[in-house]
Amino acid sequence: MDNSKIGHHISEQFNIELEDIRNKVLTMGGLVERQIELAVEAYTTGNMELAEQVIKQDNQVDALEVAIDLECTQIMALRQPTAFDLRLLITVIKVIHEIERVGDKAERIAEMAIQLAGVESKFPHHELEHMAELVKSMLHDALDSFARMSVEDVPAITALDDNVDREYDNILRQLITRMMEDPRNITRTLDVLWTVRALERIGDHACYICEHLVYMIKGEDVRHLSHEELERKVNVAR
Amino acid sequence: MTAQQERTHSIDMSSILSVKEESQHPYETCIKVENLNLFYGDKQALYNINMEMPKKKVTAYIGPSGCGKSTLLRCINRMNDLVDCAKIDGKILLDDENIYDKAVNVAALRRRVGMVFQKPNPFPKSIFENVAYGLRIQGINDKRILEETVENSLRGAALWDEMKDRLNDNALGISGGQQQRLVIARAIAIEPEVLLLDEPASALDPISTLKIEELINELKEKYTIVIVTHNMQQAARVSDYTAFMYMGELIEMGATSELFTNPVKKQTEDYITGRYG
Repeated sequence: MDNSKIGHHISEQFNIELEDIRNKVLTMGGLVERQIELAVEAYTTGNMELAEQVIKQDNQVDALEVAIDLECTQIMALRQPTAFDLRLLITVIKVIHEIERVGDKAERIAEMAIQLAGVESKFPHHELEHMAELVKSMLHDALDSFARMSVEDVPAITALDDNVDREYDNILRQLITRMMEDPRNITRTLDVLWTVRALERIGDHACYICEHLVYMIKGEDVRHLSHEELERKVNVAR
Repeated sequence: MTAQQERTHSIDMSSILSVKEESQHPYETCIKVENLNLFYGDKQALYNINMEMPKKKVTAYIGPSGCGKSTLLRCINRMNDLVDCAKIDGKILLDDENIYDKAVNVAALRRRVGMVFQKPNPFPKSIFENVAYGLRIQGINDKRILEETVENSLRGAALWDEMKDRLNDNALGISGGQQQRLVIARAIAIEPEVLLLDEPASALDPISTLKIEELINELKEKYTIVIVTHNMQQAARVSDYTAFMYMGELIEMGATSELFTNPVKKQTEDYITGRYG
């Protein structure tokens, strides 16, 4: 299955509408990826301008979500799509919700960057950056799979979530130790925790995008299934 | 709770799904088509059709013009016998009895298998006489029986309230949607087992169409219904099972909810999503 899945309708206008929706989703995804990048950079470098920029740009993401939702609703009302077309629209509506949530997380990280600006040590820096790299690559690959309309990489992407969770638990332990060492650290440490938590949730959203994608391509609902079952359903030939 | 735990939070999906599957599959077969081939002269119109239609369910045939869906429908009450050049081989079993068997009385078969056509075709008689017609040709003239049957049939076709005060009016004077429901009332007056509907709503306005669809939903409590329609959304709305035909072949048949969300065959997908194959 490939991009040509979207085309080949007898109605050329329908092809154009679906292609337009797909492009808007990819634009929205690209925007949010950039938001995470900037937010993490703002956090690690303490660049306030960058942080402000991320917060300001979140409304672009929100606006895209609303616009795409509206287009999907209109297509459903006017064209009564079936089969793949129907699953595509349902999936888009769900995927853009996930992307929008990721955008909120980027905004959250930017807010924390502002809160923690000027604080000497934003411990644990390296772990946090590593975790950010991990979830960025997950999100990137999930969106890339959506663009290619392929579920091939889905098991590999969702498997990475275990690494993210391990990383999260690791950092959490360190933060708890820090708070116990000196209660005066609690407020600041909690801000770090919110940041780490935001990154961890981005990994989850990337996984949800993958699950929606499996529904779109395979017609199988793989939400709430174990990783093994997901892998089995992805590999069923269709 | 970590993300992985959140995502795999244990919900036993299998129990929910198995209930759904169980309730879908076991059914009693009413009509069974076996290796059916049909030729109009030299031209083959149906190729080796095999399918089962469950009792008291609605089965819809969809497919492009000329794919053989009306031809197949007309086989079920042997309407194709009336076409000189039509030649049929294979079997159609109605309650395990081959309707193409030599011993079968075609008139009796058509009493068991009623048919409604695209254009309403009431007789130029009163509303009452239209519905009573089937009984009268069976020799039933008892006024009480006739009145009771006419009322029940009109009620069954959701037409009683509109018609009860004008039973003696000419049937040609009522609206197209009412005429079509009158024809359905006429068909159910003789208590058939199966109702064949060939594009029953294609000549009607949207409201009358919805009334017919609503009626189909009520009628399936008593009758096995087979409907041919060009309107895919209609097939999706009214039927329990859908069969997709193409160039005289049965391509795919399945539960309607499945076929319209996740068809197995690419040809089905292309047709229902409006693509060229």
